[in-house]
Amino acid sequence: MSLVHEIDYGTPASKSTETVTLTIDGRQITVPAGTSIMRASMEAGIQVPKLCATDMVDAFGSCRLCLIEVEGRNGTPASCTTPVAPGIVVHTQTERLKQIRKGVMELYISDHPLDCLTCAANGDCELQDMAGAVGLRDVRYGYEGDNHVRARSDGAINAKWMPKDESNPYFTYDPSKCIVCSRCVRACEEVQGTFALTIEGRGFESRVSPGAHEHFLDSECVSCGACVQACPTATLTEKSVIAIGQPEHSTVTTCAYCGVGCSFKAEMRGEELVRMVPWKDGQANRGHSCVKGRFAYGYASHKDRILNPMIREKISDPWREVTWEEAFGHVASEFRRIQYQYGRESIGGITSSRCTNEETFLVQKLIRAGFGNNNVDTCARVCHSPTGYGLGQAFGTSAGTQNFDSVEHTDVVIIIGANPTDGHPVFGSRLKKRLRQGAKLIVIDPRRTDIVRSAHVEAAFHLPLKPGTNVAVMTALAHVIVTEGLFAEAFIRERCDWSEFEDWAAFVSEDAHSPEATETYTGVPADLLRGAARLFATGGNGSIYYGLGVTEHSQGSTTVMAIANLAMVTGNLGRPGVGVNPLRGQNNVQGACDMGSFPHELPGYRHISDDATRETFEKLWGVTLNNEPGLRIPNMLDAAVEGTFRGIYIQGEDILQSDPDTKHVSAGLEAMECVVVHDLFLNETANYAHVFLPGSTFLEKDGTFTNAERRINRVRKVMSPKNGLADWEVTQKLAQAMGLPWNYTHPSQVMDEIAATTPSFAKVSYNYLERMGSVQWPCNEAHPLGSPIMHVDGFVRGKGKFIRTEYVATDERTGPRFPLLLTTGRILSQYNVGAQTRRTDNVVWHAEDRLEIHPHDAEQRGIKDGDWIKLASRAGDTTLRTLITDRVAPGVVYTTFHHPDTQANVITTDYSDWATNCPEYKVTAVQVSPSNGPTEWQQDYGDLSRRSRRIAGRMEAAE
Amino acid sequence: MNMHISAGEFTARSLSIIASLKHLEGPMLPILHAIQAEFGYVPDEVKQVIATELNLSRAEVHGVVTFYHEFRDHTAGRHVLKLCRAEACQSMGSDHIADRARQVLGIDFHETTLDGAVTLEPVYCLGLCACAPAAMMDGELYGRVDEQCLGDMVREARR
Repeated sequence: MSLVHEIDYGTPASKSTETVTLTIDGRQITVPAGTSIMRASMEAGIQVPKLCATDMVDAFGSCRLCLIEVEGRNGTPASCTTPVAPGIVVHTQTERLKQIRKGVMELYISDHPLDCLTCAANGDCELQDMAGAVGLRDVRYGYEGDNHVRARSDGAINAKWMPKDESNPYFTYDPSKCIVCSRCVRACEEVQGTFALTIEGRGFESRVSPGAHEHFLDSECVSCGACVQACPTATLTEKSVIAIGQPEHSTVTTCAYCGVGCSFKAEMRGEELVRMVPWKDGQANRGHSCVKGRFAYGYASHKDRILNPMIREKISDPWREVTWEEAFGHVASEFRRIQYQYGRESIGGITSSRCTNEETFLVQKLIRAGFGNNNVDTCARVCHSPTGYGLGQAFGTSAGTQNFDSVEHTDVVIIIGANPTDGHPVFGSRLKKRLRQGAKLIVIDPRRTDIVRSAHVEAAFHLPLKPGTNVAVMTALAHVIVTEGLFAEAFIRERCDWSEFEDWAAFVSEDAHSPEATETYTGVPADLLRGAARLFATGGNGSIYYGLGVTEHSQGSTTVMAIANLAMVTGNLGRPGVGVNPLRGQNNVQGACDMGSFPHELPGYRHISDDATRETFEKLWGVTLNNEPGLRIPNMLDAAVEGTFRGIYIQGEDILQSDPDTKHVSAGLEAMECVVVHDLFLNETANYAHVFLPGSTFLEKDGTFTNAERRINRVRKVMSPKNGLADWEVTQKLAQAMGLPWNYTHPSQVMDEIAATTPSFAKVSYNYLERMGSVQWPCNEAHPLGSPIMHVDGFVRGKGKFIRTEYVATDERTGPRFPLLLTTGRILSQYNVGAQTRRTDNVVWHAEDRLEIHPHDAEQRGIKDGDWIKLASRAGDTTLRTLITDRVAPGVVYTTFHHPDTQANVITTDYSDWATNCPEYKVTAVQVSPSNGPTEWQQDYGDLSRRSRRIAGRMEAAE
Repeated sequence: MNMHISAGEFTARSLSIIASLKHLEGPMLPILHAIQAEFGYVPDEVKQVIATELNLSRAEVHGVVTFYHEFRDHTAGRHVLKLCRAEACQSMGSDHIADRARQVLGIDFHETTLDGAVTLEPVYCLGLCACAPAAMMDGELYGRVDEQCLGDMVREARR
């Protein structure tokens, strides 16, 4: 094994279709017009020395090292900023160029420390490489005089020297090693779009400055790592590299955080992970990353991670560590006993959107074939189940229609109920790049999120609707488009059912759906809404991106249908730059849904009652499948309280923390006789578990994740599982203990089984993925290369379906006792329930959940910034500290749900989407009042957590 | 100029300056000049205000402010004397004038006399090479500066 080597072409690729032929160092080279001479050379394998150029950012022309000579032209132009021209003859190495380069290099080195042997970048330093390449042998200027290198010179303090900035938990900034090439500044601007870095001063005084001469941690920096990756020296270096040393081999794998599915190189030394570096060929992230994927992998080796299986009789007992055999035997006999006693339907399982496709497939197979019922559900229930349902109804497929590259071609973007710069940061950066190029933005969100207005990005329209009124706003947008005649008639006539359209058009044209009529309850000014509708209908390629702010409502499915309607009525489907794009929360939530995790669907979204589909699986698995849908998560919990559901196998999901109405979840779990939790940590659900099976991280197993754009990405094992078994092996051994004749030796065999049974995956295999890098399903005979854009020539279901979307207000209403509306969301540095990110240094950015409240509401209640407050709803109460901000409108409060001591879901109610039971997290009527400290529930719960995390023979962890 | 100004007042006064100049194409430099005219320097607190108003990052504003020596990060004396140190003036003896200025004022470049009367600053070309050595006192140009002329300027400033 060796390091995956990525070629740096120096400047970005040209998108031109015209080609130009030129001669470089005697070789004829043909490249697209607009390519730099530097890139053209590199494509031919001729490396021009360079320092300030890298292909992630535009050419800058400051280092004066990449100079070349062109026959018939004067001077020595920089090859990075000089485009190719037909027929020119270029020389990259002449005597004159050698002298210039050596001279330039000599100047660089005259103000650079000569500690190469002990430098963290030793072996990975472009300055070192270039000094070698130009043959620098001597520095005539000496090292005395003005410099940035030494803290003291001539016994006096050197005012030009700056100490190392170690404020960021993941990387250091050592100004003494900086050559001021501006690569970090440009990466922050062009790639990440945060503009947190600048060059301060001028001339010899020039230094890189985070913010206004601040520490990295205090600046606007979001710690995405783009600057560290761009730095050619040790100026910006990962602390892990400083601690461990340079990696010796690397493997390309896929990030296990959000639904963007970024490709990373896991750079290793032996079995030790040195760093994660985004892979430029990754087709979802194109070489970019965020603070979570890039740096927050420390949880994999956190001391809280449980590595041995554990059992206990009662949940009040301490845990007892056992062997894997004993654990599997115990679970198998308990599950069989429960089924014997209470019937076949009395047990079930939950698959994980955090695990691989293969693992998810195996869990649902265990339940359908081993448990003999369809009581399988997945965490998508609580996030994007309405997407599956709504888009399935409208288009015929339960997935987004585009790839992420599509954003590069969009002209008008609607973002509704999503906060991409926090929740999907790499996509957020790609979107911001497009916005800076001139695309227009419409944001529909109760909060003024960062994308509404941040450096160089400003939404044309922000519609700050009241939580819960999505359907009314979307229908009003359609009202404007239809009544003002802005709809795409040709598209609709060709692609959709015209009579359905006419029916729908008549419905949305009713006065009741006009912006003026809906303004009273949506809170969106009618003129703003009309402006937004006109812009979207007439502004060119229109795309819609949405998140959980759409789905987690009592009308989640309706809003998804309204989004589909809006895309169809404006003809924005079936080509790059348009489409309906759900931003999926978890790395494999798309895959978990694809793999038949829902109680009514077999893999590939085929209904369990479909005889032909069942037959496929029955033949292969040698069992008879139940043709009745099983229980959804909330139904399982209801049944548990009633006494008919007694055992559950939960893989990689913390339902106690993530599902609504915590008290209902705990009551359901408490009523069960055998709760098996398969996870990395003793999570909150494990407080109610009888068996704990330790899980493995994404670094420790092979498999595939499917991201939000339906892209099937490989996950590759880079270290052996610390707990001994990869998650798919655990499920397999559990199945074997229950008497199932499974015998997979590698996850690739599971993928082969998926491909053999599921038409949309027919051509997918590990060999094929190895060859293609990744593919987007459907990938079969009809689409051998996969499908970046769906519904190109027509909808999967035939004709696109317009569905009436009547707004029905949620039953959760504000009143005198609960006058405020609470909505929830995420923050950049933390991930969902925080089980992983809370166990990394990411806590420096977000150590606790805070309640965002408008100054007006806070003043009325006598609350100051940072005060402890009690947040109460009809379901329960909790305490947390406030953050006073006008990001939220008066009457609306907002919090994140990353910390278990806050337990925001104690507050949320059990109202849910009418079609899919997706809980209504985004709307809860609450009251806020000053408080002294934790509520009774928080104290009781804290005690329970401590008690239930005792392990026999171990000291209680001092937290 | 040494009166204490509260952070809130910095913001309020900056906002009205920014509002009056925001419509210009490339409004940052005019705004910075106006801010410096108002406060005598560009206070750190104002960088975020400009950034927010122009929808830039704090870092970008800082980069521009620090690029130009014209913008100060603290108040200057009542008068600012700039001596040209560029090539043409050097060839006409500006080094000597500079030494003399330091001697007369008892300060080095970038410093302010103890009585707060004069701040001495180097400048690289005032565009008055034909009349080198050149100087600028409070925005007014002086050509063919000699010791006598320098002495008059300082005396005037200290009155």
